[in-house]
Amino acid sequence: MSEAELQQKATTADSAAKPTVSIERELTQAQANLIEINGLNKWYGQFHVLRDIDLNVRKGEKIVICGPSGSGKSTLIRCINCLEEHQQGSIVVDGTRLTNDLKNIETIRREVGMVFQQFNLFPHLTILENCTLAPIWVRKQSRKDAEKLAMEYLERVRIPDQALKYPGQLSGGQQQRVAIARSLCMNPEVMLFDEPTSALDPEMIKEVLDVMIELAQEGMTMICVTHEMGFARTVADRVIFMDEGQIIEQAPPEEFFNNPRSERTQKFLGQVLNH
Amino acid sequence: MSDPEGASINNTSSGPVNRLLNSILLLWRDASIRPLIMQAVVVLLVVAMGAWVINNTMNNLETRGISTGFDFLSQEAGFGILQSLVEYDESHSYGRTFTVGILNTLLVSVLGIFFATVLGFLMGVARLSPNWLLARLSSVFIETFRNIPLLLQIFFWYFAVLAALPHPRQSYALGDALFLNLRGFFFPKPVMEQGLSAVFISCLVAVGLALFLRYKHRKQRVETGKGISGAPYLMAALIVGIPAITWWLSGATMTFDMPELKGFNFRGGLSIIPELGALLLALTIYTAAFIAEVVRAGIESVQKGQKEAAASLGLKPGKTLSLVVIPQAMKVIVPPLTNQYLNLAKNSSLATAIGYPDLVNVFAGTTLNQTGQAVEVIAMTMAVYLTISLSVSLLMNIYNKRVALIER
Repeated sequence: MSEAELQQKATTADSAAKPTVSIERELTQAQANLIEINGLNKWYGQFHVLRDIDLNVRKGEKIVICGPSGSGKSTLIRCINCLEEHQQGSIVVDGTRLTNDLKNIETIRREVGMVFQQFNLFPHLTILENCTLAPIWVRKQSRKDAEKLAMEYLERVRIPDQALKYPGQLSGGQQQRVAIARSLCMNPEVMLFDEPTSALDPEMIKEVLDVMIELAQEGMTMICVTHEMGFARTVADRVIFMDEGQIIEQAPPEEFFNNPRSERTQKFLGQVLNH
Repeated sequence: MSDPEGASINNTSSGPVNRLLNSILLLWRDASIRPLIMQAVVVLLVVAMGAWVINNTMNNLETRGISTGFDFLSQEAGFGILQSLVEYDESHSYGRTFTVGILNTLLVSVLGIFFATVLGFLMGVARLSPNWLLARLSSVFIETFRNIPLLLQIFFWYFAVLAALPHPRQSYALGDALFLNLRGFFFPKPVMEQGLSAVFISCLVAVGLALFLRYKHRKQRVETGKGISGAPYLMAALIVGIPAITWWLSGATMTFDMPELKGFNFRGGLSIIPELGALLLALTIYTAAFIAEVVRAGIESVQKGQKEAAASLGLKPGKTLSLVVIPQAMKVIVPPLTNQYLNLAKNSSLATAIGYPDLVNVFAGTTLNQTGQAVEVIAMTMAVYLTISLSVSLLMNIYNKRVALIER
């Protein structure tokens, strides 16, 4: 199957819930950038967290961002769906520019799914209700449709049997898979992962990574902040190394891991991989 | 005995006394028996104290020649009461004053709890608002009214604010119907004529139907994604239409008993006496300030990640608050909220200070003074507050069970 075919297959799931998009537009989008970040700067008071970030993400591309803690990786992806405000530069997601216009922020958040380090499931709702909340109240789907979709995604992350339990009754790995399913229920164009495996026990990391790898193989556009270098090698189209709020280096995984150009990247990889 | 080593401690001299002491010591050291002994001792002490108090009281009453019993309840009271929800005048019995007092206490408590909850929630949410002005205003409100004694606030509203209102002759008036003055707030009282009760019932039916429609609309909205089209207009039409048609059909004429200035005061109509107004304002505002803090604490107890997760799914701030944050905050809010409700009900007894005829004022005040039946009157009054408080607690506990999270 060619890459274009893969992407089309991934978008057919979307078109069921959205007004039909002409094939022409889909094709141009496949080549165009889904996310365009230009000259992004952000400060926390005096502290300069993000310095002149330029980053374009094509539709279907998988990007892994790594770097030492405090380098601004999480802040960068949290800027994309406006969980953090930026002070300078522009972010355009799927043709919508992120401005102070609340309408634009809403549009972007509908198209951008996010998975958090701490899962952030809603503890007062069942797993199924967690997955149907946004489709019902944001997408205005009927409960029946929303539940059907939710069960499909819960099956894909392999926990349909837990649907009627509450988050507190599930293990960390199961909770994180529910969080992924919950995001997917909104049929996002792109998924952001903010250290999705960092809060998990070692034996649960694999079950979450497996789900993420499957998702990548189905053609989802993904930006992952993670320290799982094995995952980066298998899945990423591009690995980005950040330090002190800057993008130091970006390259395909092969090149990134075998011939890192900058000294800082070499040092970082030396610390991460020598275990 | 499963403690052979302990048993041997006092075995050096083996007289019968020593053996007895030894077995008592063993009982005292037994993990399952010692708590039982302690509890038995506590029960004995409490019973003894109760018996002593009762005995003492009975002796005192006897030496002073005061008859005990509840016969006084059927005697004629002979004093007037400022406000009564049931029919009452001087010729009614002391038992009737008890009922009047309870109803007046319940009136101010229920109204106070309702308004304090609404105001408290608004203020609590406002204090966390990103809107700088709103947050500051609610902070000032909370910090002011939380930190001034309630009795002083009651005096403030009664003597400073409401006493500044004009005399009846110079009332603030809205048309010929609404009057606000020193003696209270007066408004027309609808008079029930023949056909009018049908109109009244049809009003209730209309509201019932409208609420049912709203329920169906919301349910259909969740089930199918689309609500009943034009539901709000349909509801408005129901509420206005049904009573209007019934009125027209029945040909009833609506008459009001209008308040009218006669001599120095208004006669007719309905009125809210200033004592009730001042007490209600003070209780509502004072308790709302505390409830606001309770609500704020509850909302802040919900992790930041919950809001972020809701936002990243595209939920708007209002929906995030009502669907994600408040349901979780409730389990933190409810127990201290119960305390505030109980405080409000009990604080309503400060009514005595400005002469609002609540239970304490009417029954534990005037009735007690006139009859001298201190033990009975105080006991009955205490029993009423206890019943009110325990009922509130019970209801809130049931609600708390419903909002509790299922952890495992």
